Amino acid sequence: MAVRRAGFFLIFSLLLLLWHSVTTFFDIPEYLFPRPDSVAGAMWEMVLGGQLYRNTIASLFRVTWGFYLAIVTAVPLGLFIGRQRYFRAFLNPLIQFLRPISPLAWIPMALMWFGIGDKPAIFLIFLSSFFPLVVFTISSVLNIKKTYLRVAQNFGLKGSRLYLRVILPAALPEIITALRITLGTAWLVIVAAEMIAVKSGLGYLIMDARNSLRMDKVVAGMVAIGLIGLVLDHVIRLLERMPSVEWSRMRR
Amino acid sequence: MNKIEVRNLKKSYVERRSKKRFLSQCEPQEDCKVLDGLDFSIPAGCFACFIGPSGCGKSTMFRIISGFEKPSSGTVLIEGKPVTGPSNRHVCVFQEDGLFPWLTARQNIAMGLTNAAEEARDEVEEYLELVGLSGFGDHYPHELSGGMRRRAEVARALITNPEILFMDEPFGALDFVTRLQMREEMVNVHQMFDMTILFITHDIDEALQLGDKVIMLSDRPATVAWDLDLDFPHPRDLTAGPLKDLRKEIYRKMGLHLAL
Repeated sequence: MAVRRAGFFLIFSLLLLLWHSVTTFFDIPEYLFPRPDSVAGAMWEMVLGGQLYRNTIASLFRVTWGFYLAIVTAVPLGLFIGRQRYFRAFLNPLIQFLRPISPLAWIPMALMWFGIGDKPAIFLIFLSSFFPLVVFTISSVLNIKKTYLRVAQNFGLKGSRLYLRVILPAALPEIITALRITLGTAWLVIVAAEMIAVKSGLGYLIMDARNSLRMDKVVAGMVAIGLIGLVLDHVIRLLERMPSVEWSRMRR
Repeated sequence: MNKIEVRNLKKSYVERRSKKRFLSQCEPQEDCKVLDGLDFSIPAGCFACFIGPSGCGKSTMFRIISGFEKPSSGTVLIEGKPVTGPSNRHVCVFQEDGLFPWLTARQNIAMGLTNAAEEARDEVEEYLELVGLSGFGDHYPHELSGGMRRRAEVARALITNPEILFMDEPFGALDFVTRLQMREEMVNVHQMFDMTILFITHDIDEALQLGDKVIMLSDRPATVAWDLDLDFPHPRDLTAGPLKDLRKEIYRKMGLHLAL
């Protein structure tokens, strides 16, 4: 843990140092790449003005909703499809076809259906998380050790008891890994979505700053996005420490 | 009356062409025969041990008798009725770890019960104690040793009060001393509970010390090579008397001459 923390600080200090020396040494103009001190200044200005806080909340609100909607639909669906061979044969081609369509390609449709505001953004986040989550959940069900299924069958577990007591917990470690990856994607997509459809959020903040040629603010926004992404990842990783999930990491 | 009757049981797998054929022991395009007409019967309350060379089809036979797989032909009768699928009256302890790793030892054992109420709590405690795991009820399987995991699994099977207990090389992965301990405890368990036990092992001594009946299978495709009744009191000493001769004879029948 200490090693990891030290590594974290070391790499960021080095990065800052490099950034500072390159921008000063080559005298790179602010509009091409702002210096770290002006970015820090812009960050401070946005913190004081409440701009950063407001837009972060707006982005997190949309991501949270879209992501939760995706979890509560995709995970049960994936668990079910994973168990039903015929459904799988039937639905898998459809899912595999829809999955590679970038959520951003849905922006025009989302705007037509939901108008302007939070709803189209939430819909895009939902789309970006739903398909990968379904696919990951199906594969995690298919990876369940056969012995566990036999034991469940032996004890006569059926229906919801089978799903809640065996299938879901057995698949959960892999589902949590999928959540980590998916939340990362959702956080990528939200910024792009907010550059188009709305007047708030970190994506909007960056576009707005660009329009007024405040590159220091643009980079400050990018830094904020990176930091929040780190925090989100950390939150999901806390799930991996739950006692009923820890077993998957304990295996050799 | 016989608890289990197996009549002319055959099983063969159709080789898939796509599988790495050069590794397979069977000719391509030909059915891979695993069981070739097994015939035996096991009386109620009998501790029946199955031995045979590794890969001879013991586990396949195990899965068919316990209802997890269908035979290609032949019948398995339990109390005169053909087996149609797994039942919670016939509980299996599989070769691989079968404890659910997401549940504690206590929760795992409680799985075997249908009523989740308070009275069940006491019963679970009782069984934890029976297998020597009292105090470890709140541990997760990965926090227990291999031997303890096996004990918990045996407890989970016993708490259902099964009519038949199936065990497929249950102690194969344990170290020598733990295996001997488990062996002793299985004798006690069989005396305490009124059930029929089918016990598969690759350990000849284990079979001779535990079994009321030892059935030796031939190399694949498996047939019954020797059906042997053992009517000796426990604990059994394998180094003297008739058991010593039987042991020698089994080794000889397996083609092992240097072992003794």
